[in-house]
Amino acid sequence: MSSEVFFKPITELGSLLAAKKISSVELMQAVLARTKAIDSKVQAFNSFDEADALAQARASDERRAAGQAGGPLDGIPVGIKDVISVAGQPLTASSKMLANFVSPYDATATRKLKAAGAICWGRLNLDEFAMGSSTENSAFKTTCNPWDLTRVPGGSSGGSAAAVAAGEAVAALGSDTGGSIRQPAALCGVVGLKPTYGLVSRYGLIAFASSLDQIGPFGRTVEDAAILLGAIAGHDANDSTSFKAEIPDYRAGLAKRKGPWKLGIAKEYFAEGIDPEVNAAVQSAIAHYKKLGCEIREISLPHTKYAVAVYYIIATAECSSNLARFDGIRYGHRSKDATDALDIYFKSRAEGFGPEVKRRIILGTYVLSSGYYDAYYLRAQKVRTLIRRDFLNAYQEVDAILTPTSPTPAFKRGAKADPLAMYLCDIYTIGVNLAGLPGISLPCGFSKSGLPIGLQIIGQPFKEADLLAIARAYEQGHDWHTKHPTL
Amino acid sequence: MKYEAVIGLEVHVQIKTRSKMFSRVATGYGAEPNTLTDPVVLALPGVLPVMNKAALDAVIKSGLMLGCEIAPVCKWDRKNYFYPDSPKNYQISQYDQPICLGGAVEIELPGPARNVMGEHKKIPLTRIHLEEDVGKLNHSATGSLIDYNRAGTPLMEIVSEPAMHTAEEAYAYLTSLRQTMIYGGISDCDMEKGQLRCDANISIRPVGETKLGTKVELKNLNSISFVRDGIAHEIKRQISVAESGGTIVQETRDYDGQTGASQSLRSKEMAHDYRYFPDPDLMPVKVDEAWKQSLRAGCPEQPFDKQRRFLEQYQIPYTITSVLVPERELGDFFEEAAKLSGRPQAAGNWIVNDLLRETGSAKISLAESKVKPAHIAALVKLVEAGTILNNAAKEVFIDMFATGEMPEVIVGRKGLKAGTNTAELEQWCREAIVANPKALADFKGGKDSAINGFKGPVMKAAKGKADPKLVDETLRRLLAQM
Repeated sequence: MSSEVFFKPITELGSLLAAKKISSVELMQAVLARTKAIDSKVQAFNSFDEADALAQARASDERRAAGQAGGPLDGIPVGIKDVISVAGQPLTASSKMLANFVSPYDATATRKLKAAGAICWGRLNLDEFAMGSSTENSAFKTTCNPWDLTRVPGGSSGGSAAAVAAGEAVAALGSDTGGSIRQPAALCGVVGLKPTYGLVSRYGLIAFASSLDQIGPFGRTVEDAAILLGAIAGHDANDSTSFKAEIPDYRAGLAKRKGPWKLGIAKEYFAEGIDPEVNAAVQSAIAHYKKLGCEIREISLPHTKYAVAVYYIIATAECSSNLARFDGIRYGHRSKDATDALDIYFKSRAEGFGPEVKRRIILGTYVLSSGYYDAYYLRAQKVRTLIRRDFLNAYQEVDAILTPTSPTPAFKRGAKADPLAMYLCDIYTIGVNLAGLPGISLPCGFSKSGLPIGLQIIGQPFKEADLLAIARAYEQGHDWHTKHPTL
Repeated sequence: MKYEAVIGLEVHVQIKTRSKMFSRVATGYGAEPNTLTDPVVLALPGVLPVMNKAALDAVIKSGLMLGCEIAPVCKWDRKNYFYPDSPKNYQISQYDQPICLGGAVEIELPGPARNVMGEHKKIPLTRIHLEEDVGKLNHSATGSLIDYNRAGTPLMEIVSEPAMHTAEEAYAYLTSLRQTMIYGGISDCDMEKGQLRCDANISIRPVGETKLGTKVELKNLNSISFVRDGIAHEIKRQISVAESGGTIVQETRDYDGQTGASQSLRSKEMAHDYRYFPDPDLMPVKVDEAWKQSLRAGCPEQPFDKQRRFLEQYQIPYTITSVLVPERELGDFFEEAAKLSGRPQAAGNWIVNDLLRETGSAKISLAESKVKPAHIAALVKLVEAGTILNNAAKEVFIDMFATGEMPEVIVGRKGLKAGTNTAELEQWCREAIVANPKALADFKGGKDSAINGFKGPVMKAAKGKADPKLVDETLRRLLAQM
């Protein structure tokens, strides 16, 4: 047994568990030890419940001993972003508002993970209510990039990405509203997948922007992401926006779908603002696909330039309404100074929400206000349709689209104090959410200073199996995913 | 100057479904506070709404009964406002595309006399939409408590055009709307339980003017009579403001049915901006022809249609139909008894005069009564055939209400069959005459009414089974011989 068992992918750990070369309790203990050793530096976890994690591991070992082990996830510690509900565990959204909230129910994704035998492991840090691109907006702590602790891990699922990169979790769940899985995956050098809107139930995910949010997996490899996605995907009667689709065996599909594919390059995604090293890494990834026999076509997504503006209207409008329930009345933070109902609202929300959350609530309230609705929200919805149409037109010609995930590698903590500069971190990822498409980010190199760079592949609606196969084709020709940060 | 009032009503009706509008938890009234809740109702972090199709069925059915146009798509919007009884601080409702448009409520105004049908009118509707109810605040000296049991109950809002002009019309409108809802099984419309709630928009204008005046919204009208009284009070108030040279301000007023006074709650300046937008958690639902058709098939005959039919088909008087029609079960009961007996008028009389009197004093419902349409029909037939006489029939009725036995059984058991033995009757008459020489003398002396002195003892001897006409004839024949 390797001393670095916590760096092994699910697939390899699955074999070790099946061969009884390691027990789930041993694996969990190794991950626990790793976490205790380094999380003071990485700060990926808001909290974890050691006894509960070990109990889940023991239960898995008992299933295995009884010959009742489930699939490849049985006994694997999967970190959970602290915005996805696990019954009996804290659910804070990294906000003071929910600092003491314990959720009484399982999210559908959590329930499915548990059914697959996975260990729901810890509560991973994020930008407060998933609003941000650096995890600096957490009310509790700023997670550090394991490759360079002075830099951010990206966000909002920074805790999830950093935990997987640092070996504090074998895999993790995150959520992606404008890039919140893919961008931190790119910055931390792991695989992150945002599924098609409607593929994974949102029940139990604290809503930021309901029409954009999706839960998705983080893994060390494309295959690990495929395994996790297979476990959490599928229609859910508790989510009216979840899609009734047959869920294919994503993992088996990796071997079957071999290409060659027609891949699109959108010129709008290589415009000014892109870091030369990122550009170079992505260009060399494109060259690799060419070598594999794929046809590379230049395509145009002409409404890309409106994506950030449209996103910050729709997402903030929805968040202003979604976050109204955090009022200090039934649960969550209640101001000690409040004297009446109105006062409870004002003071509890003033004290409970951080500045970025307040900024977005105010923006969203404004764009929905009487007299402004048509000019902002309605117009934004129309442009959103055009953005989606751009992609669907492109898919007449190509199977998937290759882009950088993030314009730059991980930036220094505190480097983007201007909210607008922070919003531009997501220029390559936001369109995917607006169009409801699946997107994956996988490692495609390192900068000279040793920071990971991510390649984004954007797929067609509900064709995650193809998307994963395309990503896997690149991964098989490279060893980026075998490199780990030194901590 | 003469003024006319213009009244529009916004009526909220709770739909009678087993579970709530957007969650599986049960609906109900009177349960322990906060027991009819779940994570969805309490708006815990991360939960999502899922539409209850039965509630949508009910509102579409209501629309069909009221002649509304049904929208091809059921679309959901969020109405955003902060209030502690609203767990999400937004209400899922329908804003720009209500599920029902147009339609009308037929009303009947009071007639010139109780037994004369009044004028009928159709009050046009603007719209009906579906939404979810809020919780309930209970204020006390020590603080306020919230009960979320009611939160999330399916609620439909029925908005009339400003097309009523008197408090009586508003009263008739609510009465009729309530009947329709109960007929359709949509709601029990118990106002005490908040199953039907009404807000009234009232304005006045000089007679002849077509523009609407400044409207005042009257809230907390929690019985149909309070609606009538509150509106009447508000019309008077507005006219007196206008006549004393004042200006009517747009405001919401609270009417207290106990004291008969109203006071201002808030003025227009404090009006909310609800920031409506389509709810991204709920997909629009297509309502196709087949769906509407299947609901149309379940719509009952409307009360006033039934009234017209009863008058025509059964030729029964308005005083009887006006009692039979408002309650759907009573009308059905009557039709069954009418069919079985072949005598609608007699059946109607028994039901309205005797059955309702007995159920009323026993404080039981029609369904709980042991008397069924077959009992009424059998009784009608016994009287019709002359087997029993009217006063015996009344006795049979009381007995069958108590025992549930068929009338012929009771007649047999009590020996109530009308007397046919003339020898026996003659004997009783002779005895009565002999026993009362004074009356005999009076009668012979020319005082005809003295004959009544013999009838009591005869009827007593006959135990009521004697035909009074036959008794009279027999007595006169015997007296003439004496």
